[in-house]
Amino acid sequence: MSNKMKLSGLTDILKDLDVQSLEGVTIEGDIELDISGGGGLNPAMAYALGHEAAQISMHVANIARMLGYPVDQLFAASMGGVPQQAPVAGASRIPELLPAKFDVSKMSEWATPIQEVTLGATSADGGSRKNTVTLGGENALPYYFDAEMPHRNYVTMDVFDMPISMAKSVKENYGDVINDPADWAKKVVKDFNADMVTIHLISTDPLIDDTPAREAAKVVEDVLQAVKVPIVIGGSGNPKKDPEVLEKAAEVAEGERVLLASASLNLDYERVAKAATDHGHAVLSWTQLEINAQKELNRKLMKQCNVPRDSIVMDPTTAALGYGLDYAYTNMERIRLAGLMGDDELTFPMSSGTTNAWGARESWMKESPLKQDSDWGPREYRGPIWEIVTGLTLSLAGNDMFMMMHPTSVQVLKEITQTLYGSIEAEEIDITKWIGAEV
Amino acid sequence: MKINSPLEAYKFLPGTNCGECGETSCMAFASHLIDRSLQATDCIPLIEEKKYKKKYDELVTLLAPEIREVVIGVGDNAISIGGDDVLHRHKLTFFNKTALAYDVWDTMEEADLVERVNKIQDFKKFYVGDYLTLDMIAVRSVSNDPEKFAATVKKVMETTDFPMVLCSFEPAVLRAGLEVAAEKRPLLYAANKDNWQEVAALAQEFNVPVTVFAPNDLDLLKSMAKTFADNGIEDVVLDPGTFPTGKGLKTTLNNFLKIRRAGINGDRDIAFPIMAVPFTAWMAHDDEVSASYWETVVASIFTVKYGDIMIMHSIEPYALMPQLHIRDTMYTDPRKPVTVDPAVYEIGSPTADSPLLVTTNFALTYYTVESDLSSNGVDCYLTAIDTDGIGVEAAVAGGQLTAAKIKKGLDDAGFDMGKLTHKVIVLPGLAARLQGDVEDETGAGVMIGPADSGRLPGWMEQNWPPQK
Repeated sequence: MSNKMKLSGLTDILKDLDVQSLEGVTIEGDIELDISGGGGLNPAMAYALGHEAAQISMHVANIARMLGYPVDQLFAASMGGVPQQAPVAGASRIPELLPAKFDVSKMSEWATPIQEVTLGATSADGGSRKNTVTLGGENALPYYFDAEMPHRNYVTMDVFDMPISMAKSVKENYGDVINDPADWAKKVVKDFNADMVTIHLISTDPLIDDTPAREAAKVVEDVLQAVKVPIVIGGSGNPKKDPEVLEKAAEVAEGERVLLASASLNLDYERVAKAATDHGHAVLSWTQLEINAQKELNRKLMKQCNVPRDSIVMDPTTAALGYGLDYAYTNMERIRLAGLMGDDELTFPMSSGTTNAWGARESWMKESPLKQDSDWGPREYRGPIWEIVTGLTLSLAGNDMFMMMHPTSVQVLKEITQTLYGSIEAEEIDITKWIGAEV
Repeated sequence: MKINSPLEAYKFLPGTNCGECGETSCMAFASHLIDRSLQATDCIPLIEEKKYKKKYDELVTLLAPEIREVVIGVGDNAISIGGDDVLHRHKLTFFNKTALAYDVWDTMEEADLVERVNKIQDFKKFYVGDYLTLDMIAVRSVSNDPEKFAATVKKVMETTDFPMVLCSFEPAVLRAGLEVAAEKRPLLYAANKDNWQEVAALAQEFNVPVTVFAPNDLDLLKSMAKTFADNGIEDVVLDPGTFPTGKGLKTTLNNFLKIRRAGINGDRDIAFPIMAVPFTAWMAHDDEVSASYWETVVASIFTVKYGDIMIMHSIEPYALMPQLHIRDTMYTDPRKPVTVDPAVYEIGSPTADSPLLVTTNFALTYYTVESDLSSNGVDCYLTAIDTDGIGVEAAVAGGQLTAAKIKKGLDDAGFDMGKLTHKVIVLPGLAARLQGDVEDETGAGVMIGPADSGRLPGWMEQNWPPQK
């Protein structure tokens, strides 16, 4: 074996190979294969060419190996492969780890804090709540290392002023209180650990019971008597009736700093805003999955209706898992990012109607309506997790407050969001043993 | 990718507007390169003509995604993970949906093993025109016995074409698995601080992708990934550890956030796909429902935030269904249209006696109703009203679905109510409050359908044809 083999020696090696027939293949001085097939290669030709080229490269590699160059390593590096002969175990071991230090910068663009909004008022502030709830104040996306999240997420549980149709697994929790909103409110706070209560005055809808606004306001008083947590007051969703209903409710709740739900572009938002400002409440600014509409409504509330910045919460709409959650998630995430980056029409805390998850058939239907589907399993387990995952996803987009219905969902969502917030301790688990775990 | 405007990509194209790619101009082609709907290899002159070789090479480098793409498995079932270019889906879209792997273990009885693998590979849920399905099998070595492991891997391969993750920290066990399965290109799990030299040698010898595992130690994780890549092992997956509870879970989330941000920001040494192991939830919870719930919750977090591949245990439908849907949620291309064209669509072969149904032009709503009808063999007319892509309930509340809109939708579609024998419009149950208005506006009779279109077939049996 010669150590002095020159490139010219290639010719001798190539002689042994049947390469003469390969027209269009030349080997240049820098060992670059030049394949000028012109009008395109047919597969057979390409294969033949590839085969010959590989043969050539093997010979060239042998030359390099003779010269003492670490050919095998080069092959492995450039092709992600290994040479034909497998290395004897240990022979080609990488001797040591390359040193590396992980580092990542914080987001400098997130320079604007989200507005803090406090709901509820204690006796010190002229109300009768035992505690208040403060939303917002973030300087980063939720749970991110860029900045501590100042307040945890909160859950307000739904209470209705009349019996409504509910999924079976939701309803069975409320059978005893369904005719009494005050008892219902007590139950969600005492038994289900709700941070707040939302009283929905749906019977006021002219198409339902058309309960007069003044009468509905009495239900609000009952709920305020029954529980000492901050409350949210919702109308029926009827755009003509809601302003009047919310005005009367705001009046009787004066001093309690409730959240009025909601002002929207398709009703007389000025009346709702005025009801809030006249009686010291906050207002929920509700739009439908449209960031520009959200900006417009917030702007109108601030500029046209003089709602203070510390009294606006946004509901950019929650679509359930599988039914548009992708839009809801991205809409919220864009709103929060725009706020953090300084769009002062969007720097408000957000609320999600997470209960909407119960509209998804996966959460309540006994079995799939489609024969092709695999078995959906028991619905009593499907429903709560549908509500949890819907809420959890939006919490990662920046949502602050969750309107929810099922006690299990509330419990799990609170546990997971507070875990990510950092306030839940747990026994450390040795995850290095997971592969062999007996489960 | 390193460039973000069509103009920058255009510089590397022939500029001849030859049209061979099917686009009208090189500039149009360039914009597809930037939105990643076409690749440089789709420009035929660029790859065929020698004079463009240098430009082609440069372009490919510039267009390479920030996060490396790793392929696991072979053939039709091969799965690509990674390949992302953005931190937020609205900035472009997320590529290569999170691969969902479910475990089997080498101490299972053979019959149980086969049954479980079949359950995993057969699970399917129909959703907007396609099936949501699972992706992979993770084989765990519980026995630590190479022979047992190899036999289990072999049985899995005989049962399914799903790609596999071979899980053991013992190199001899991994080798035994590879000797059976290397040609199927499984993912090795995992190299750690103790075994990395041997596992790296296995990855090289068998040319398979490999996971590096450094729980809550990003320096070590990066060091291993860099060492592997520098030694030609480019198909690396990162496992920074999935701590399922408490502060550990918060730390885990932040490790994922940090790794992905660094990767997208251009730190090539850490720009690899990330693995989450929600399985660890089973080490924290005793009862099955709690464990399944918590596993699903952890899986959801890391589907939303940067997990590219995950290993889970529960195969209960109440765990699989939300996992499949949250993955679909995150990986749906946000650039795709939200709506279908407003029109009256024929489902099946409707006649003059078939019902006329109303829904919205929100694509999800429309396709859900459409599949409920067509898969149950219901012949009918289905009207998609232009609600700006808002679903029924919200559109009724927000005023996008009104009697006037319904009248306009039918008129614009040129639908002749006169050709129906029954002169009845069926409204969605969630739009019941529009009944009177629609009767006044259209002069037709109005019936109220079920609140969920899944109940339409049953509703039809009870209520159709309408009583005169």
